[in-house]
Amino acid sequence: MNRLGKVGLVIIAVFFVVAVFAPLLAPFDPREQTRLESSLPTEERLKPTSEYLFGRDDLGRDVLSRVIYGARISMRVGASVVLISAIVGTIIGAISGYYGGWVDRFLSGFLFNVFLPFPSILLAIAMVAFLGPSLNNLILSLSVIGWVGYARLMRGQALKVREFDFATAARALGASDLRIIVLHILPNAIQPMIVQASLGMAGAVLAEASLSFLGLGVPPPAPSWGVMLNDARSFLRVAPHLLIFPGLAVMLTVMAFNFVGDGLREWLDPKQKRQ
Amino acid sequence: MIALVKRLLFVAPVVWAVVTLVFLLIHIVPGDPVRNALGDNATEQQVNELKHKLGLDLPLSRQYVNYWRGVLQGDLGVSLINPSDHVLDKIIGRYPATIELALAGLAFAILIAIPLGVTAGTNQGKPMDNIASVVALLGISTPGFVLGPLMIYLFAIKLNLLPVSGRYGPEYLILPAITMGAPLSAFLTRMVRSSVIEELGEDYVRTARAKGLDERQVIYKHVLKNGLIPVVTVIGLQFGVLLAGAIITEVIFSWPGIGRLTVEAINSRDYPMVQGCILMIALTYIIANLLTDFAYRLLDPRIKVE
Repeated sequence: MNRLGKVGLVIIAVFFVVAVFAPLLAPFDPREQTRLESSLPTEERLKPTSEYLFGRDDLGRDVLSRVIYGARISMRVGASVVLISAIVGTIIGAISGYYGGWVDRFLSGFLFNVFLPFPSILLAIAMVAFLGPSLNNLILSLSVIGWVGYARLMRGQALKVREFDFATAARALGASDLRIIVLHILPNAIQPMIVQASLGMAGAVLAEASLSFLGLGVPPPAPSWGVMLNDARSFLRVAPHLLIFPGLAVMLTVMAFNFVGDGLREWLDPKQKRQ
Repeated sequence: MIALVKRLLFVAPVVWAVVTLVFLLIHIVPGDPVRNALGDNATEQQVNELKHKLGLDLPLSRQYVNYWRGVLQGDLGVSLINPSDHVLDKIIGRYPATIELALAGLAFAILIAIPLGVTAGTNQGKPMDNIASVVALLGISTPGFVLGPLMIYLFAIKLNLLPVSGRYGPEYLILPAITMGAPLSAFLTRMVRSSVIEELGEDYVRTARAKGLDERQVIYKHVLKNGLIPVVTVIGLQFGVLLAGAIITEVIFSWPGIGRLTVEAINSRDYPMVQGCILMIALTYIIANLLTDFAYRLLDPRIKVE
């Protein structure tokens, strides 16, 4: 893989470890409010110190601990959305490509396109707005549109592979459709799927932060990066660090998944190697 | 002309689906949407009256027919919170601000992406190319809700050069337009770059150089003209992303557009208003795509889209 891809992998690994071991790594409880020295001006009160490395927010909560716990929410939403989308997309794509005919015409000609006019974030905003903000509704909303990409990939592979001799041979030997799809078609689609999953993680992490920023994600006391960024806006003048740290966390995560996605694409497909 | 009709026929089912999805939104609300909007203090009678007024007490099929009738007649219903407000009137009032912002964001993106992409593409592998790539990467990875407040901090609070928020003059447009256009400009820079690299390998470039044109003319008169064709399509597709991004940008900068209207309506659980906003944004996106399609054809007479 190219250099940026490797850098991305390292960053993702770090965030993954941080997310899993958050309770061990965070110096404080992310929800715990500490008393702020009221004699000092706000600027001095909140700014990073040796005890609170990333400073504290207006309620005296430790920003570092909140950023660490925020990784949990991001990774959880990202992984859930990618997993659900990939499973649903694979099934629908396989049905569409393998069986063809009117099923395919309906699925790929109509259903795939219906979701095109909605930029994914708009559909997610719309759904959460009506379902109400919660972690599960967020994951559901992002998955509702996320599956289309995987379905396209799977359909393309299914269309191609079902005509190959080995698929015909398998069928002649009495293999069931399910067996052919799982054992012969799926392995061929796995590589582009991994690329799609990596880019999908980037998209989901970004979407989670965007929706939480708008108050449509995980409800407030939870330490989501988007929630933190929204809170930070009121204190820009006196406490810009409230914006910087969660902002960097979102940027690094999104960038890392994009790096890995691009890197994998090149690595897996020698034809696409940059000149 | 035939192409136009065909294209519209292709769009029709998509429009149908969008309207249907938007119609269904209010029915996925857990509990009673009218009760949610009015709050616990409202009496049963008030809730029922408003429901009746909005037609939400009718069978679903009737509601669907009524919704379509409304859409076709340009009636998107009334606000739940303030029933004397017509949804469409509110949206029309806010719409110009959003289009202004989106176009300004688009203009910013193009103004940055073309020179940066051309520089990168013509200096492939050199330091200039690497710098441009890093800038583009940063642009793609910096979400508006980080970039916007960061720029407010730098340019409005620290340097005191530009206003923090609102829409009271041209200078108010600058920061929101950059916030909105930055990811797109990064995306376009990469496209222009690879497009330029591809075109530079074509025969006509050698011909142009051979007949003694200077490099600048070769690039801007010949390479760019062909190289921009794929970029134009992307702009159309990205316009929708830009519009969706308007929601966040408008919230950050208190920009009185349809995006902020959407969020305000969501917060006050004004469901018909949210439906109207989502519908308008989606329809705008479909129209933008149609327009791109035609622009594409005007630019390149070779293309006859089936």
